[in-house]
Amino acid sequence: MRTRDAIRFSWNALTGHKARSALILLAISIGVASVLLLTSLGEGARRYVNGEFSSLGTHLVIVMPGRNETSGVGLGNMMGITPRDLTLEDAHALTRHHSVRRVAPLTVGAVEASWQNRKREVTLLGSTSELIHVRRWTLASGSFLPQDDWARATPVCVIGKKIRDELFGARSAIGQWLRLGENRYRVIGIMSSEGRSIGIDVENTVIIPVASAQILLNSSSLFRILIESVSREAMQDSIRFATATIKQRHHGEEDVTVITQDAVLQTFDRILSTLTYGIGGIAAISLVVAGILIMNVMLVAISQRKSEIGLLKALGASQREILGLMLAEALLLSVLGALLGFAIGLAGSWGIRQALPDLQAVPPLWAVLASFIVALASGLLFSLLPAHRAASLDPVQALQGR
Amino acid sequence: MIRLEHIQRDFRVGEQTVHALNDINLDVDQGAYISVMGPSGSGKSTLLNMIGLLDQPTAGRYLLEQQDVTEMDEAKQAQTRNRYIGFVFQAFHLVPRLTAAENIELPLVLAGIEPQQRQVRVAQALQEMKLDNRATHKPDQLSGGQRQRVAIARATITQPKILLADEPTGNLDQKSGFDVIQTLESLNERGITLIVVTHDNELGQRAARLIRMVDGQIVASQ
Repeated sequence: MRTRDAIRFSWNALTGHKARSALILLAISIGVASVLLLTSLGEGARRYVNGEFSSLGTHLVIVMPGRNETSGVGLGNMMGITPRDLTLEDAHALTRHHSVRRVAPLTVGAVEASWQNRKREVTLLGSTSELIHVRRWTLASGSFLPQDDWARATPVCVIGKKIRDELFGARSAIGQWLRLGENRYRVIGIMSSEGRSIGIDVENTVIIPVASAQILLNSSSLFRILIESVSREAMQDSIRFATATIKQRHHGEEDVTVITQDAVLQTFDRILSTLTYGIGGIAAISLVVAGILIMNVMLVAISQRKSEIGLLKALGASQREILGLMLAEALLLSVLGALLGFAIGLAGSWGIRQALPDLQAVPPLWAVLASFIVALASGLLFSLLPAHRAASLDPVQALQGR
Repeated sequence: MIRLEHIQRDFRVGEQTVHALNDINLDVDQGAYISVMGPSGSGKSTLLNMIGLLDQPTAGRYLLEQQDVTEMDEAKQAQTRNRYIGFVFQAFHLVPRLTAAENIELPLVLAGIEPQQRQVRVAQALQEMKLDNRATHKPDQLSGGQRQRVAIARATITQPKILLADEPTGNLDQKSGFDVIQTLESLNERGITLIVVTHDNELGQRAARLIRMVDGQIVASQ
């Protein structure tokens, strides 16, 4: 029997039993669609988190005061000594390495900002002109902090959009004097509203030179030192350099934690990928359930089609040919079901993207391929038994429908 | 061309063993016209199925064109059935979802014949059976006589040497039954070996040779 004839014959048999075929198609397509939908959600979450992190800058190394790791009980812990603060001089020392492109010291505080009689609580960031590059922020108007000596406390500030709107309203904010705590700062720039940036809400932030912030907050310690490496490869160099430099400056005490954006990102990536595999696997169970349904329906179908199978044998079909015809039916159903499932799944993930534009819910390629293969495999596997039973029917009894 | 030697076919029914065929010896020449008669359960259908390779003997030898078919494997038997033997059943056994032409084409499809060649042969068969204008009809749109003629066309499309008919007129009225018999006989006149199992005495008497069976044995052959 020719392959094309076998497929045509099977196709005929499927269209001849519409309800039965539709039932199996539905089962397979629901299985495939659920794999695609669930993995596209997982993939969407992964992309979202990835996007968040890459908006922080890709080659970012962050120095934080204090050791984050527990490496036994150190002398400092025993004596109740808090780790040494990070200072502006520490930050300065970190600029002197070939692997470092930029360094931005960072202090953080909360202060009251006021203009005329309007007041509100804002997040205060003290930093340098490098910050905007390191964090990949953009300005809506005006200019960012001046490229000054870090120690110079220039009375200027850059404000977020929300603060501009709430304090200045429709008036032009640039050139106005904003009061922060006891001091006044001239507004020189407005940050553009960042869509997303983990950690800091740029819209509700006032940025002033780091020296000004230290005076305002009455503290000489830094919250973080942000280092941008020249490249991804240079990041390890930067980490080693930063750790060694701070250790040296802090009299041999390794009292800082140096992390990379990458490490955090990779952890998230791993977690979310694993999660996606997990839910994909759970969804794939529905394909196995669909397979069992196929087996069930085919067993019933074969007992209904006994006389046809007997006839095919009388006309000269061998057991192998009957087996082939039955498996061709299962294969056709599986392929069609998978394609239908693709259509439903892709339409569904498109729907999710329309409803939640932040979540780029696109099923990953591996899920598309795996769901197709699992659908085919379960379709074929679960029809082996019914097909084998059909092939080994006794022709005389089958012809009599027994 | 058909030679049955000491063919035995036993069925187990509960504790008992039933001898559906009991030491059958039979020689059939090419082009013969044989009818097989006997009461229900005498083994005439089993004999027909045995000759048609649908059933396997418990013991004995079956030579078809000097070849021992009992030694063939399942696939070879299926191939032999396709090439040498055509079946006509009482219940027609047409595939209900296929058209008349497609039903007739089925043995050629199974044999793997090229589509163009199939079309030519099916068209020819339709014409011979006076079914030209019924080619695209489904079986449920055909009369009983037409259905049986489709079945005969299907049985003969591979140009088999042997045509086996089990009660071919059993489900037909007298006129279409007679029609079917004439069709079968004209095929026999053109050289096909025709074996008909029947209850109908009148039909049985038409054959050149009449075999009577009782309890799995041939009691008379004239």
